[in-house]
Amino acid sequence: METKAAIELKNITKTFGSIVANKDVCLKVNRGEILSILGENGSGKTTLMNMISGIYFPDHGQIFIDGKEVVIRSPKDAFNYRIGMIHQHFKLVDVFSAAENIVLGLEEEQKFDINKSAEKVRQISEQYGFDINPNKKIYDMSVSEKQTVEIVKVLYRGADILILDEPTAVLTPQETKKLFKVLRKMRDNGKSIIIITHKLHEVLALSDKVAVLRKGEYIGTVETKNTNEKELTEMMVGKKISLDIERGEPKNPTDRLEVKNINCVNFEGVKLLDNVSFTAKSGEILGIAGIAGSGQRELLESIAGLQKLKEGEILYNNPKTGEVDNLRDKTPIQIRDLGVRLSFVPEDRLGMGLVGNMDIIDNMMLRSYRKGKSLFLNRKKPKGLAEKIIEDLEVVTPNAKTPVRRLSGGNVQKILVGREIASSPSVLMAAYPVRGLDINSSYMIYNLLNKQKENGVAVIFVGEDLDVLVELCDRIMVINSGRITGIVDARNTTKEEIGLLMTKTDSLENQGGEE
Amino acid sequence: MIVAFIQRAVMQGIPLLFGSTGEILTEKSGNLNLGIPGIMYVGGISGVIGAFLYERSAGGNLNPFLAIFIPLICSILGSALMGLIYCFLTVTLRANQNVTGLALTTFGVGIGNFFGGSLIKITGSDLPSINLTKTSNYFKASLPFADDLGWFGKVFLSYSFLAYVAIIVAVIASYFLKRTKKGLNLRSVGESPATADAAGINVNRYKYVSTCVGSVIAGLGGLYYVMDYACGVWSNDGFGDRGWLAVALVIFSIWKPNLSILGSILFGGLLIVHNYIPGLGVSTQEIFQMLPYVVTIIVLVFTSMRKKRENQPPASLGLSYFREER
Amino acid sequence: MAKENAKEPLFHIAKRPAIIWYKAWIIRIASVVVALLVSAIVTVLLTGENPLNVYGTMIEGAVGTSRRIWSLSQDIAILLCISLAVTPAFKMRFWNIGAEGQVLIGGLATTACMILIGDKVPSALLIVIMIVASIVAGAVWGIIPAVFKAFWNTNETLFTLMMNYIAIQLVSYFSYEWSVPKGSGQIGIINSDTEAGWLPVIGDKPYLLNIIIVLIITLIMFIYLKYSKHGYEISVVGESENTAKYIGINVKKVIIRTMIVSGAVCGIAGLLLVGGTDHTITRDTAGGRGFTAIMVSWLAKFNPIYMILTSFLIVFLQKGAIEISTKFSLNDSFSEIITGIIIFFIIGSEFFINYQIKKRESVKEVSE
Repeated sequence: METKAAIELKNITKTFGSIVANKDVCLKVNRGEILSILGENGSGKTTLMNMISGIYFPDHGQIFIDGKEVVIRSPKDAFNYRIGMIHQHFKLVDVFSAAENIVLGLEEEQKFDINKSAEKVRQISEQYGFDINPNKKIYDMSVSEKQTVEIVKVLYRGADILILDEPTAVLTPQETKKLFKVLRKMRDNGKSIIIITHKLHEVLALSDKVAVLRKGEYIGTVETKNTNEKELTEMMVGKKISLDIERGEPKNPTDRLEVKNINCVNFEGVKLLDNVSFTAKSGEILGIAGIAGSGQRELLESIAGLQKLKEGEILYNNPKTGEVDNLRDKTPIQIRDLGVRLSFVPEDRLGMGLVGNMDIIDNMMLRSYRKGKSLFLNRKKPKGLAEKIIEDLEVVTPNAKTPVRRLSGGNVQKILVGREIASSPSVLMAAYPVRGLDINSSYMIYNLLNKQKENGVAVIFVGEDLDVLVELCDRIMVINSGRITGIVDARNTTKEEIGLLMTKTDSLENQGGEE
Repeated sequence: MIVAFIQRAVMQGIPLLFGSTGEILTEKSGNLNLGIPGIMYVGGISGVIGAFLYERSAGGNLNPFLAIFIPLICSILGSALMGLIYCFLTVTLRANQNVTGLALTTFGVGIGNFFGGSLIKITGSDLPSINLTKTSNYFKASLPFADDLGWFGKVFLSYSFLAYVAIIVAVIASYFLKRTKKGLNLRSVGESPATADAAGINVNRYKYVSTCVGSVIAGLGGLYYVMDYACGVWSNDGFGDRGWLAVALVIFSIWKPNLSILGSILFGGLLIVHNYIPGLGVSTQEIFQMLPYVVTIIVLVFTSMRKKRENQPPASLGLSYFREER
Repeated sequence: MAKENAKEPLFHIAKRPAIIWYKAWIIRIASVVVALLVSAIVTVLLTGENPLNVYGTMIEGAVGTSRRIWSLSQDIAILLCISLAVTPAFKMRFWNIGAEGQVLIGGLATTACMILIGDKVPSALLIVIMIVASIVAGAVWGIIPAVFKAFWNTNETLFTLMMNYIAIQLVSYFSYEWSVPKGSGQIGIINSDTEAGWLPVIGDKPYLLNIIIVLIITLIMFIYLKYSKHGYEISVVGESENTAKYIGINVKKVIIRTMIVSGAVCGIAGLLLVGGTDHTITRDTAGGRGFTAIMVSWLAKFNPIYMILTSFLIVFLQKGAIEISTKFSLNDSFSEIITGIIIFFIIGSEFFINYQIKKRESVKEVSE
């Protein structure tokens, strides 16, 4: 008889509005097995796992635990089936100790005694080889320690099935290595582990089986030992789809922005940007590809004057004066005062690029309100601009006095991009400008970017859809854990090549996953 | 004289201790309840109403148990109701906590002064003022042998039972927050309601319970003030700004009820120290009364500069929690 | 097997994407109506009178005579002035609950000028000095918590609250220092013989000047918030600090500057109270208006023009309730109870504007 799977999913489907997040996904994990779920951003991995852990409820399909069909409606149900999920964003109380966080919300029979709990935490840690001090406060911990606390938290609750959502995204190679060691130990103890990732080498190094998702669809499951990076990449990125985005040849490109050896660390000292150098040329679109959180945001914010750099230079060749300005350590205002026409479409549209509660006209002013010596605002020009953008970009809105918060995602983005382009920039940076947009709006954005390129603007485009990057950009720079792993000519590359660069681990440092 | 000073300081401090212990419990759930001054008024006047009605119905013969029990229950009910209003508005209806709290203070002080001034008229009594000396005597009863023990008895044993209740409640609250599971859960609600929610803690229930219990405790401060400190005589605005001082004490004791015991006596002492410094002009006395607030600001500034994580206000203080649904 | 214990709430609450403006106002007006009903019930319970009588008394008390209308307008003016003062800070999400202290300190500065140099400089110059002094004093009281907030993120709610009491004690201190007769703790009417430093009376309407000044401030504040670059920056910082940084606004500078404005206008309110109406100062000169102003500003959604309405509503209720208490031999504090009830209802009603309660669609059965 076949061994009963610890957890099995059959034909799970979930939709959010018109977007299909998961379609007919089937998975099976046995006891003592590690399954990787591989897929690009937006392929539906996290949604799927959220259904197992009770955060979402599937529209269709069945879940079996130990061969019995179950219904998981809440995180509590998931606990009862001994399922524990470690989210990408930790849910921990900063001022509590590790042990306090671990027992939080738990209903135990015996009297509450934090020392006893700490003792139990220590036992679990020893059993699996974690290195954790139960009395240490979370705010004193590194990211990897916090992750350990999250893992111990689910183990403490007796979880047999562990789901880890991109656990290595925030870890250094050494920490990753340590994590994999304990995961293997847990597997040997009969636990089932599901790990979401998009790093190929990690998949190969750690898992027994790999399930691949692509744009919400289930592609298939393969045995790790029978596969290789190439096959997995193909499964993950799929066949090339032609998008028919127009692409003109760059007209006499000149160096506009030179980034030289910039380094940037966060407050914990983790490197966010590691010796990044590149040049953006006028009249071309430079694409930036990479797994989410590889340093794209920090890179753009460094150029825009929002991120403090540890080292390096950002040089701007001013086409008007012919002078070279160093933008490092300048505030956005100082950059503008230098006559640098830099536009930036940030990833967080309503939280950063626009003010949700303000109307379209007032949002137009964000960039320009300071102009002139008058104490008062001039709403005439912004009003004209707002109306022009609404008309040119076919923004669907009752009128220009509508708060942008009330517009749909595509229209919000049109407003933002429209404003940033309106200042006739010489450098235009756009982070995920088509995320969440429908096809038509997306094409409109592509066209706008192309038009800027024709006008001689140096466009920097951070994207996630490789098909788009390959067809839209002139060159594609691939970033991976804060490092540039390659710059390729978009006309002569393949998605596979980019995919490999995105997941490649630097040869200088020890590979995280390998034993 | 020092003995008398300490005695008076403690008596001044007890209402503050009640208020701050209640507010600490409330703030630990993330609710910044600026209605505390109003709640303390209501706690006081509810007790007064209870005692007044009981004294009138019982004639001259008061049953010692009932004489304490009735005002106590009335006070508890009154303050709990105030806590409920606050919770309903801020937790269920997610109204702004500052505005709600200030409105509650306006309302509570209004209730206190209104009934304080109108009780006689409403009931048609022929008594000239609300003077609950009889009830007060029961509240003021202290250990009979305290005075025989010299300074020790005077400093430690000479107070009425509510004073000891205040200290015991603060100690229990401190133990509850630090050592019990429910206390841990409560603190997590104030620090990070999303985390608490994810851990299966009913965030709203914790906010409701802790705020209402906190209100009841604070209300007892009002009761103590009328029945003990003021000897059963209610005078309008007599309670003064002690409610805000209790809020200040919360900061001073960096959200730790056991520190608040010492803090309350210190604040009590600062309030009356001018009486004990010879040769002080009346005007200078007023400057001395400023001390508790100045000290609080210094503590507030110091803790925010030092950035020691344990001494900060609960991280989600003042914010309503709303679990976004997709 | 797990099905039986699967419970989903029947109702759930979701943020409203948008509400048509008139619906929002229907909800607000409905809440005021319900609040008045509840207040009526409370009043009837306490007085046993016919509620219509009670409301008649209220209107009578508020606007019954021309003297009452003047006094109502004067009270509205002062409350409005303080409400205007706290508004820029609130719009920036800086919870300045220290208006009480900022008003008092402005009043104290005015008092100091009147007492100390009242007989030394010509009256016109004295008034100019008073204006400057009160504005500076209020601004200083505002700038202290702002600096700590900007640089060390010190909790401004608690800080400004404490500053109130420091101001109150300072007033008490000087009440004794300057008391007439000595030691009484009362300053009494200052310069009652020379009237030095008394703000001029227009016509024979003693409060008219105050009202005019406040109306001008209302207009200026409206323009400042809506049409000036400063006002725009305040909105951006209040809505999203991230956006502010993205476009290069110096957030610290805006916080400090706005609190200077806030404190300065409070200082003017203090000037009007001491120089224009009371001609003296006591601990209760601000009379809790610093706190009521927060509610006025909040109820008006930080719009200075609406604030005329909301401050009218509050003052009208207070005046009316005072009349009720006089007529039915109740106590003045009755008005505070009514104010409290009305505010509870109005702030509660905001929930129904921002959120909607949806009935959950029936949960799909899972095939077994």
